[in-house]
Amino acid sequence: MSDDFFQGYKGKALKTLKKYQVRVWGHVHVNTTRGVFHGTILPRAENDDSNHIVLKIPSGYNLGINVANIIEMTETDYKKVSYKIAEKKFPFSPELPNVKLFGTGGTIASRLDYRTGAVIPAFSPGELYGSVPELASICNLSTEKLFSIFSENMGPDQYRKLAIAIGKEIESGIDGIVIAHGTDTMHYTAAVLTFMVQNPPIPIVLVGSQRSSDRPSSDAALNLMYATTAAGHGNIAEVMVCMFGSTSDKYGFLHRGTRVRKMHSSCRSTFRTLSDHPLATVTLDGVKPLKSKYNQRRKDKKVKILPFFEEKVALVYYYPNMQPDIIEMMIERGYRGIIIAGTGLGHINKPLYPAIEKAVKNNIAVYMTVQTLWGYANMFVYETGRDLIAKGVIPAENMLPEVAYIKLGWALGQTSDLEEVKRIMLAPVNDDITLREPYNGYLVYQGGVPEVEEFIRKVHK
Amino acid sequence: MPAELDPRLNYEATKEAIGYVSRHNATQSDYDRLGFMSGLEVHQQLNTSRKLFCRCPTGIYQEPDDYDAEIIRHMRPTLGELGEHDSTALMEFKTRKTIIYRVKGSTACTYEIDDAAPFLINQEALAQAIEISLLCRLNIVGEVHITRKHYLDGSIPAGFQRTAIIGVEGEIPLKDKNIRVIQLCIEEDTCREVSDKGHVRVFRTDRMGMPLIEIVTYPDMVNPDEVMEACNYIRFLNRSTGKVRTGMGAARQDVNVSCKGGARVEIKGVAHTKWIPELTHNEVFRQYALLNIRARLLESYPDWKNWKISSQKISRKDIQFKYEPLAFAQRDKLTVYAVNLPGFKSILSHFTQPGKIFADEISDRIKVIACIDKPNMVHSEMINSVLEPETIKKIESLLHAKENDAQVIIWGPSGDIPTALETIEERCILAFQGVPKETRKSFKDGTTIFERVLPGANRMYPDTDSPPIPLKDEHIEEIRKQLPEDVIDRYHKLKNWNVPEDTYIYIFKKNLFPLAERIVNELDVPPSFCGTFFGHTLKNIEGRYKPSSAFNYKTIYGLFKFLKEKGLDFELAKKMMPVVYQYPKMEFDSVLVNINYKPVKKKNIIDHISFLKKKFIPKRNHRNPNDENNWIMGQLRQAAIGNMSLTELAQHLK
Repeated sequence: MSDDFFQGYKGKALKTLKKYQVRVWGHVHVNTTRGVFHGTILPRAENDDSNHIVLKIPSGYNLGINVANIIEMTETDYKKVSYKIAEKKFPFSPELPNVKLFGTGGTIASRLDYRTGAVIPAFSPGELYGSVPELASICNLSTEKLFSIFSENMGPDQYRKLAIAIGKEIESGIDGIVIAHGTDTMHYTAAVLTFMVQNPPIPIVLVGSQRSSDRPSSDAALNLMYATTAAGHGNIAEVMVCMFGSTSDKYGFLHRGTRVRKMHSSCRSTFRTLSDHPLATVTLDGVKPLKSKYNQRRKDKKVKILPFFEEKVALVYYYPNMQPDIIEMMIERGYRGIIIAGTGLGHINKPLYPAIEKAVKNNIAVYMTVQTLWGYANMFVYETGRDLIAKGVIPAENMLPEVAYIKLGWALGQTSDLEEVKRIMLAPVNDDITLREPYNGYLVYQGGVPEVEEFIRKVHK
Repeated sequence: MPAELDPRLNYEATKEAIGYVSRHNATQSDYDRLGFMSGLEVHQQLNTSRKLFCRCPTGIYQEPDDYDAEIIRHMRPTLGELGEHDSTALMEFKTRKTIIYRVKGSTACTYEIDDAAPFLINQEALAQAIEISLLCRLNIVGEVHITRKHYLDGSIPAGFQRTAIIGVEGEIPLKDKNIRVIQLCIEEDTCREVSDKGHVRVFRTDRMGMPLIEIVTYPDMVNPDEVMEACNYIRFLNRSTGKVRTGMGAARQDVNVSCKGGARVEIKGVAHTKWIPELTHNEVFRQYALLNIRARLLESYPDWKNWKISSQKISRKDIQFKYEPLAFAQRDKLTVYAVNLPGFKSILSHFTQPGKIFADEISDRIKVIACIDKPNMVHSEMINSVLEPETIKKIESLLHAKENDAQVIIWGPSGDIPTALETIEERCILAFQGVPKETRKSFKDGTTIFERVLPGANRMYPDTDSPPIPLKDEHIEEIRKQLPEDVIDRYHKLKNWNVPEDTYIYIFKKNLFPLAERIVNELDVPPSFCGTFFGHTLKNIEGRYKPSSAFNYKTIYGLFKFLKEKGLDFELAKKMMPVVYQYPKMEFDSVLVNINYKPVKKKNIIDHISFLKKKFIPKRNHRNPNDENNWIMGQLRQAAIGNMSLTELAQHLK
């Protein structure tokens, strides 16, 4: 028997399967010290222990049997199962816009992976059409799988490849681009694409899901419909994140790639625009701008791709009692840029001053952002701020820490002249820095307050 | 001229043709003839303080209109683990329902609305499920795998219920036979429905996530009473642990029924065990009726694979209906369609359940699948027809109907009509095949209506959010050591004690056996007296008086202990109990004062007999030799209770 018959099993469990000559997908009769069990042996998730085998019993349930309790086991039948999402040819309609979907490994559509017990993405247009047939009435979809990685594994390499791929698509005249992306780092990728793909003539929409598409109440299908609507029919030609606006199935938000952040570990409405409000809402009826100013869709192909990124940049989250050795380590290791997420208006403690001075002397670009996330780094209000500016720390206005990190990597990728870096950093791109913070840019309502409760009761959250 | 059909006579004739008998008159030979087969799925809430997969409190319920926020969701079918779409899932997708969840902060967190991943399973609930599995003699799994059971009806915001097998292949004993148990699962309870109108279904999330177990039996029961007996046994077994929730909705069952040649039909959410016999009786006859329909259809349509409906939109120009709902539909610009069902004459009015005909099967499905609320259909064989003969004639001619055809008229929003037409055709085609596998909703009168297509194993999916949980031998043995005695053993004990059988249900339902046994063993209370005290006296008091919230059954032990220590007769407990029940904090001495008890020496009571004998005046007309003793007993009874046993007093009278 080849090892393929024992998917995921190791140690004692594997030994037991081999001893009784039974295989994964084999129907077995197992006699144990806890009684008799019947069922089909399923593959085992790689990270699970090696003491149990997994059985699917006729009622459809799964259960595990400790191999130490097995007295006898016989294979009575064998039927390999292949799990496939129904694949149907994606129809073409000449009157609909052409949209390109790039895959990076998110869970927009997915199937079960027995190796890890987790879900893996399904992606071809046919598979997508099979699971979200509504897409065919929105656009003509073509897809390209660029990577197949979890979003936490996205990095400079992928950023560059993605930017170049987008450039090519624009060159070939596509009407809109959708990028399926894991949600954890989607806002980093949204920021980097805003910088690398300058002046795009078409919408570039990042989309993901907070509930994988193997769940009936998944947000994946709606998000994908919203994203393709925004990419194919919307008039906003920017890099945007398209995700649920509320936890209810009501509308999606289009967020600027430079002002958006994932704000909740599990909620559907996790993406929020900070210190501003979202660009637009999107439903199946189309895109409704919330902002009056945005880059309009154009017929030309004048896009500038700047696929540069310096990897030796760090984002440091300051905490009281932070030790200077952390900064010193970065100097030693040849870091070229540091973004600090400081407290309040942009502060850190005094013991770090010498290390900061040393970093600046060593030609490291040091920028200050705020860990309050909302509001500006304003380093003139307190002495600490003024001290830091004197030592060469540059306040990054109201740029989000993650966006500042991405922008500094991108700037240092283009030049090592720190004056030029500063010019790039502080020149606003697509509202990564805004001149004004609108009165409704900071709205984190608190529950319990009568008027808030009244609002939540009336308006679907 | 086509022969006129009288639907009422046809209903009666078909009822007779299948040999319908009422449950009252049915015997085992009737059920054997039908091939009655039934199994149970008994659900029982566990009594933990927190929910199964989150830390919300349990047992707090909200009124339908009492909520803090509403969340909207839609459900889409996904593939099962084996790559198949589930038939129920596809049906629910067709219904295109908007689901609204009413959330109350005190009973739900982000988990209930599927905005957070599950926390590790509630260990207390898991241990209770293992305990009950052991009582059902189930083989306990080595590792618990949380599985997602898809429900697209909206009853769970995630679209699936987290559930897991704890044990398989067990057995429960009834009086005369054993019933095999397929499995026991631990699962999260579902939302409670508030309303379901058109395309909007509203739920409240209070109950969602409470720990629940489901015990599934093999279809080993062969008549309706046996199903009830098995159901009671399982409920009593659950309660014997003292760890399950009681009260409205804490225990519910689904009953699977089939007849020979029929199909498994699941009657959902039967709230009371006593409804089971009538429901299962009617269901087995419904299936038998559907098989008769099949036979009759095949006679005239052996090649049913080509069978099709034909339909036509009816405008006001064609017909102006007088029947108010249809007239209203025409005024309100709803779409009206007439449908011809070839060869269905005398089928539409074929008996299915008491007071129901085959046409109801179609109408029920239109309500559920096409979301058109009732009344949604009229037809050519209504028992109380609302269509004039000339209207039916008109429809027949519009549809070019043949003599043996039947006609149906439906109305509703134009968007729902295609689904309704598909549904009609689908149900009729199923009639050629016999009994459709479905779940049905039960009513108090013993009838059922279509609820969903019966889901299969395809809706099961491993829960990728939860790791498997190994169950160690030591843990199971620990639980095994503390198992309560089997209900069947308690049953035999009660029998040996000569406790009347009509008290058992109450004693087991309230799990009072352990208390009764302690009173018997530790306080020497005669067992038959103790059994009847619980099963008659206490039950009676519970039905009559309002209890105090402080009342606890353990107080009864204290009561008997008090009587024993004071040397008072146990009979006095019957008089004291109503007071104790209402004022459990009152001292027992004060209770005695309250019931006007006076201590009298036994000798004084006995001495009084001779005085009363002299006082007795016999009745002139009907002399009965016992009259004197009965009268004296009546005079002394009050004084004797508590001071001497009434049996002893009676002996002194002889």
